[in-house]
Amino acid sequence: MTMETSSAVIFEERQDQIFRKGEQPFDLACNKESLAGAISQRACVFCGSRVVLYPIADALHLVHGPIGCAVYTWDIRGALSTGPELHRLSFSTDLQEKDVIFGGEKKLYRALTELIDMHHPKAAFVYSTCIVGIIGDDLEAVCKKVGKEKAIPVIPVQAEGFNGNKRAGYEAACKALFRLVGTGDIDGISPYSLNIMGDFNLAGEIWIVRSYFERMGIQVVANITGDGRVDSIRQAHGAALNLVQCSGSTMELAGLMEEAYDIPHIRVSYCGLEDMAESLYAVARFFKNPEIMKRTQRLIKEELSILYPRLREFRKALSGKKAAIYVGGAFKAFSMIKTLKFLDMKVVLVGSQTGTKEDYQELEEITDDGTIIVDDTNPLELCTFIKEKDVDIFIGGVKERPIAYKMGVGFCDHNHERKEALEGFVGILNLAQEIYNTVMSPVWRFVPRRAAEGVKNGRDRETLCVHNQRLQAL
Amino acid sequence: MAGTERHYVSTTNACKLCKPIGACLAFRGIEGAVPFLHGSQGCATYMRRYIISHFREPMDIASSALSEKHAVFGGGPNLKQGLKNVITKYGAGIIGIATTCLTETIGDDVPGIIREFCQEEKDLFSNDTGPLLVNASTPSYSGTHMEGFHEAVKAMVGQVATRNGAAEDVNLLPGFVSPADIRYLKEILEDFKVSGTVLPDISETLDGQALLDYEKIPSGGTPISGIKTMGSARATIEFGRTLMGEHTAGELLSTRHGVFLSQVGVPIGIRESDEFFSAMETISDKKIHQKHEQERGRLIDAYVDAHKYIFGKRAIVFGEEDLVVGLTSLLSEIGVIPVLCASGGKSGHFGECVKAVTKGITDAPIVRDGADFFDIASEAKSLKPDLLVGHSKGYSLSRKLNIPLIRVGFPIHDRIGAQRILHVGYRGAQSLLDRIVNAVIERKQDVSPVGYTYV
Repeated sequence: MTMETSSAVIFEERQDQIFRKGEQPFDLACNKESLAGAISQRACVFCGSRVVLYPIADALHLVHGPIGCAVYTWDIRGALSTGPELHRLSFSTDLQEKDVIFGGEKKLYRALTELIDMHHPKAAFVYSTCIVGIIGDDLEAVCKKVGKEKAIPVIPVQAEGFNGNKRAGYEAACKALFRLVGTGDIDGISPYSLNIMGDFNLAGEIWIVRSYFERMGIQVVANITGDGRVDSIRQAHGAALNLVQCSGSTMELAGLMEEAYDIPHIRVSYCGLEDMAESLYAVARFFKNPEIMKRTQRLIKEELSILYPRLREFRKALSGKKAAIYVGGAFKAFSMIKTLKFLDMKVVLVGSQTGTKEDYQELEEITDDGTIIVDDTNPLELCTFIKEKDVDIFIGGVKERPIAYKMGVGFCDHNHERKEALEGFVGILNLAQEIYNTVMSPVWRFVPRRAAEGVKNGRDRETLCVHNQRLQAL
Repeated sequence: MAGTERHYVSTTNACKLCKPIGACLAFRGIEGAVPFLHGSQGCATYMRRYIISHFREPMDIASSALSEKHAVFGGGPNLKQGLKNVITKYGAGIIGIATTCLTETIGDDVPGIIREFCQEEKDLFSNDTGPLLVNASTPSYSGTHMEGFHEAVKAMVGQVATRNGAAEDVNLLPGFVSPADIRYLKEILEDFKVSGTVLPDISETLDGQALLDYEKIPSGGTPISGIKTMGSARATIEFGRTLMGEHTAGELLSTRHGVFLSQVGVPIGIRESDEFFSAMETISDKKIHQKHEQERGRLIDAYVDAHKYIFGKRAIVFGEEDLVVGLTSLLSEIGVIPVLCASGGKSGHFGECVKAVTKGITDAPIVRDGADFFDIASEAKSLKPDLLVGHSKGYSLSRKLNIPLIRVGFPIHDRIGAQRILHVGYRGAQSLLDRIVNAVIERKQDVSPVGYTYV
């Protein structure tokens, strides 16, 4: 069974979620429910909430449900911590049939109590899953009771998987976080201070970003949530500014904090040259302090002077290579497109699982004619596009990797499982290096897709002839 | 000691997966099949990611992607739409539908919905080869991925196998072993000159070649035509000691169609492999091929060469019950003491099976069923183990104890080549032996102040 023409593999219901730049005025449907039977690359509400809250390292994360939801999210991300690593353990109430029939509240109570006694967390997050929503356990009541008894915040996260998509999970997580914010002492926090939101410290990225702000003379109050700590999140309302990265995973929280504590927010991205620099400048401009601005300029100049000569090397090698990008949130794609353009690469396909209309509008503006823009795609479509656009490298998550590899296309992991820091100035080099390592590998000459143009199968008649001739010559 | 109640209500770092993922894995081993989860989108996505990271192969699982309104009013319409999409766009020859905790709890009558669907969409089923729809009930709150796996195999046999047509000689139900294992088992069948239906067969579907064109459904897998005639085979060989006496696919073929059933343990190590080869000899009425006899001879030679390096070493074995039983059998016959056998599974037969394979050769190990890694780690403190044998989720324990982990089974998320690990038969034992002994030697060499280059 091989690939058919693209029209055959695109579901009719999904036609309006695919757009080719240059053909017609921009229009793209998004934020739709995934089509049943199309193999969506999307996850669920629970997943969204787990993504946001997981990196809080000194909190207990208890998944209330059957074992699957806990086990598939056990230590799967490199969200690093400088100290406690409670987040790397996978706790579950492991609901059994009898719990489903008689209700899981008692088990939840006992599990929570025993885990808190054992691990002494600073707070506990209790995630509901599909089934909890159906059997109707009163998470709020159990959490309240245990919170009182153990004298720590015990916070329910309403994350029934079926109750929307990943974005709804982000919101559930933000609501949970908002319960913590405002409960800590904010004495002594500098007027030049901010919270880093929507960064999860994959491969130590938040440490890179934090170090920039420290060099600029700005205090970071709370990491939300990479290398996160309960106590600092409780103080987050003491910061003068919220920096929101990522496609809205913490937007909801920024909104709630703006409303309740009058803290403004700026949307930033730490990926890519322009966006990283612009993010720092935006912060410097916000504080209207010439000293800070001076330090910022110096910082960026220093970093760029290290970066440029090395990037030029990569640029030479990667010029003209064709890239496809498929990410969870579209915001990440903006920075990526700019970086790839800087490397003189061509972005021929870009898409996301959960982008909004505005996101896609912006993607349309920064991409070249002919680029395919796609919302909530699936393996069949991806393969069609990869072939059609003759992609050299695919940038995406673990679910896209085997598709790319199977078709003989290079791959770079830009998702939560990445082990290389791709943020900050150093991250641009890492990204370039990652792309270089995959694109320049000699293995592609052997894959069927490239074999036709390059190395023939060693047993082909022609090759054998050459061998024979050589043998005769000896 | 088997089946001791756990001290804890909560589960920390589970040593098991949920039921539907097992069903998806089994369905992936059927030719032309698309595994389909009736539940919310997240389940399919999480499981795909989990499976992909082990096999490093594409793994498509369709989903009915239920939302809130479906959870309230029933998932029937979405299931039907999903099936239709999979049939028309994937050209599936068969769809393996597994339920999830959500759809089991809202009470969707999946067989009923499928019947309705077939009625309503007659056009989709116009020819004889029209897609088969097989459903397995796999609520994640009862049993582990292995129960899900066996449930799917049983569903295939129960809903597809008949006594009609010219059958293959043997049905082989290997359980959840690696693609390399399946390739080897098929070679063994060939060497006995018997034709066989191996169900499921993930040897190609989850260990495929580099391709020019992406395959919507990976090539390979058990042919449906083969499954259809399983009822008239000469015999069934089913792997897994914990399955004996249970309502399994093999048992179903025996009671419904009168197919002779031979149940053996997962053939790991010499004794369990001998059992399998002698079952093959009986069924085929042929002597074991010289090639395998020689492999057995070399294996014994290797046991002898290796024995002093590993004698008395203490091992903790964990993972799926039947895999652990087989590994324990191997370890005990090479002189390694299995001090703890642990599994997240709870078939009720784990303890007796471990006892059966260690009897007369080593002291009965401690057995923990329904265990998680918190239990295993607590137990390990006093056991002074020298090595761990199990899947990659045991890595943090191995790191903590500073002892080697011999990676076997599923999942292996931190190494390449998991799909090519050979476990079964004389050849599998040979490969496991080499890996175990070398891990012990390597550790000894690493910690030695001398740095011997000659061991």
